[in-house]
Amino acid sequence: MTADPTLATIWAFLIAFAVFAYVVMDGFDLGIGILFPTLRGEERDRAMNSIAPLWDGNETWLVLGGGGLFAAFPLAYAVLMPALYPLIIAMLLGLVFRGVAFEFRWRDPGHRRWWDVAFTAGSLVAALAQGIALGAILQGVKIAGRAYAGGWLDWLSPFSLLTGVSLVAGYALLGACWLIWRTEGEGQAHARRLAGRFGVITLAAIGLVSLATLTLDADYVSRWFAYPDIVFTAAVPLLVAVLAFAFWRALVRKSDVLPFLLALGLFLLSFAGLGISLYPDIVPPGLTILDAAAPAVSQRFMLVGAGVLIPVILAYTGWAYWVFRGKVGAEGYH
Amino acid sequence: MFAAFDPIVLARIQFAFTVSFHFFFPAFSIGLASYLFVLEALWLRTGRQEFLDLFRFWVKIFAVVFAMGVVSGIVLSYQFGTNWSVFSDRTGPVLGPLMAYEVLTAFFLEAGFLGVMLFGTEKVGRGLHFAATGMVALGTFISAFWILAANSWMHTPVGYVINAQGQFVPAGDWLAIIFNPSFPYRLVHTVIAAYLTTAFAVGGAAAWHLLRDRDNARARIMFSMAMWMAALITPVQILAGDAHGINTLAHQPQKVMAMEGHFESHPHGAPLILFGIPNQAEKRVDYAVSIPKASSLILKHDSNAPLAGLDTIPDDQEPPVAIVFWSFRIMVGIGMLMLALGLWSLVARWRGKLYEWRLLHRFALLMGPAGFVAVLAGWVTTESGRQPYTVYGLLRTTDSASPLAAPAVGTSLVAFVIVYFFVFGFGTWYILRLIAKGVQVGESDPPQGEPVRTAGVVPGPAQPQRKDPA
Repeated sequence: MTADPTLATIWAFLIAFAVFAYVVMDGFDLGIGILFPTLRGEERDRAMNSIAPLWDGNETWLVLGGGGLFAAFPLAYAVLMPALYPLIIAMLLGLVFRGVAFEFRWRDPGHRRWWDVAFTAGSLVAALAQGIALGAILQGVKIAGRAYAGGWLDWLSPFSLLTGVSLVAGYALLGACWLIWRTEGEGQAHARRLAGRFGVITLAAIGLVSLATLTLDADYVSRWFAYPDIVFTAAVPLLVAVLAFAFWRALVRKSDVLPFLLALGLFLLSFAGLGISLYPDIVPPGLTILDAAAPAVSQRFMLVGAGVLIPVILAYTGWAYWVFRGKVGAEGYH
Repeated sequence: MFAAFDPIVLARIQFAFTVSFHFFFPAFSIGLASYLFVLEALWLRTGRQEFLDLFRFWVKIFAVVFAMGVVSGIVLSYQFGTNWSVFSDRTGPVLGPLMAYEVLTAFFLEAGFLGVMLFGTEKVGRGLHFAATGMVALGTFISAFWILAANSWMHTPVGYVINAQGQFVPAGDWLAIIFNPSFPYRLVHTVIAAYLTTAFAVGGAAAWHLLRDRDNARARIMFSMAMWMAALITPVQILAGDAHGINTLAHQPQKVMAMEGHFESHPHGAPLILFGIPNQAEKRVDYAVSIPKASSLILKHDSNAPLAGLDTIPDDQEPPVAIVFWSFRIMVGIGMLMLALGLWSLVARWRGKLYEWRLLHRFALLMGPAGFVAVLAGWVTTESGRQPYTVYGLLRTTDSASPLAAPAVGTSLVAFVIVYFFVFGFGTWYILRLIAKGVQVGESDPPQGEPVRTAGVVPGPAQPQRKDPA
């Protein structure tokens, strides 16, 4: 009947994993949408070609993140969704436009310009909404009993706007690095310039958001600076600095795949930092993973399936990425 | 501007709108995925160009249908939380795992192999490509399995206890929850409905082209296959529907009362009301045309069996009778027309006039969209018939909603309506235009003047004559 602390922790990690998988995978393809206006002619076709067979699988991680939260932490889901209501709706509508643009853009050449706009606007709105939602969660959600108790615009604040813009920049960085990896020639050089620009912005954003987060709640400060935890938490900013340096070198040395991997590393560190700030809360302030957890009988039933299926999913997803490996062309048969 | 509205009414409209729109796409893609699998199998077996052309043609439509299904489905997966958060909190421990399994076993499978199916032609061999098509088809079916298990549980909830927080908690036997009393009936009825929807859509497309050119070889194949489905599967569906109705009578009697328009109890055999106007306020069906005792005969297989009416339940537990009554009649009426077309096609086949009988083709063309209408009507019947509950008899719809103000729900409703009509309206227009253009001879040749997809590979099935990308 009741929740189990070990299961709840395992599920918190699994959902964090799903969310992270979503953030990096849909991150780079949303990033391509965000960068779309800066791409010209065939660069657009190439960029679209590089993600057309993969975006659908990438986006499925969002469904697992949301569905998993509903299943494993129904109370957190029930509180967060109304709290983030306009953001979720905006994100969904953005994803609708972006998702159909993949097909319609090719199928309806007469209006291609408009579908390109839909692709960019959809990607931008979805990314911005996700980033603002992140900030809204960090700054805390008002709860009474088992329900959200705030207004429908409580999420709006300078801090949440900062996290929104930061995530857009981060996704653009991932998108640019993906293009460095998957394209060649002038398009690749262009992607490299974009990666440099968004690399600077992303690093600045990581710093700003980190500092601003500490001003939100005393709990966040103590989770980072309490001894002896600080020995581990201090590693996070240090590693960010190391990766940032390596990223720079990789760009300068015109490496193909390293910038993407290092950008992923920056996301992983930021994500870990987020975990350090929040844990053991799932909805700050004060709603912990255990409070929100579904009964053990539910979490156990799902864990059996997840334990078997997630590795299988990763295997065939990896295979699909492997099938579509290599540089993309814009040209077809000759 | 929405301040005067009840937010729960707006949330219900929003859910009904988004779920109805979404439902068209899976109903089509379940059948279409299997159809593509069969076409590719026939091509691999016979090597006939026509099958490959047909595959190439329908896979383009499938891609559009699938994309629209995915994006409208993501909306639904979040709508439980946005508009129905109390419902989410209460039912999460039971329904959440079922839906999580849907994601893990079906959505990833479909999405993972879809890319290979659409763009992997020259990246993988014929066998692997065929396997990918099979995985996509299997995924659509597994998805139907889980979502109908979850939906059926809301109609016939079993295997739970209610904890101190008011949540439904599984009592331990998950098989009892998954295979809840109405699930097998609902699964069979819905999957067959999806197959028929596709069959009639394909048949309608074929009829359109036969009317213009009765010698069109590809249209002939499509028409013949679709008419076999119509003739053989429609009767099966009618039997499945009958069994589902009897199951509903056992578990959700007031839904059947509303379907039948039985405001009063009939101790000595209930009449079958063919037409009439349900008057819920006055508790009677105006202008009813009915067959004595036929309702008892259908539902209990005994013309004198007593049937209880809505007079036996409190007013505040009645479903909206007129909606259920009429949507049910639309569904059944279309089912009868489907049966008629199927039988007619058998007669035409028998006389060797399947491809010549113009009137038959006109009728088939008219019936092209019939499956969509029937599926939607059936869905409205079963879901409206469950009201006023979200979890039948246990959790009221009015107690399931999020603590949201009407302006928030109303604004999002308007946004959904505008975006859906625009985006999916365009998709439908595109599909119709493609169907009107028809399957071209040599559909499987590299398209000219079309953009190129991944790594110089055009979307399409295995093209054995070209092993290397140019």
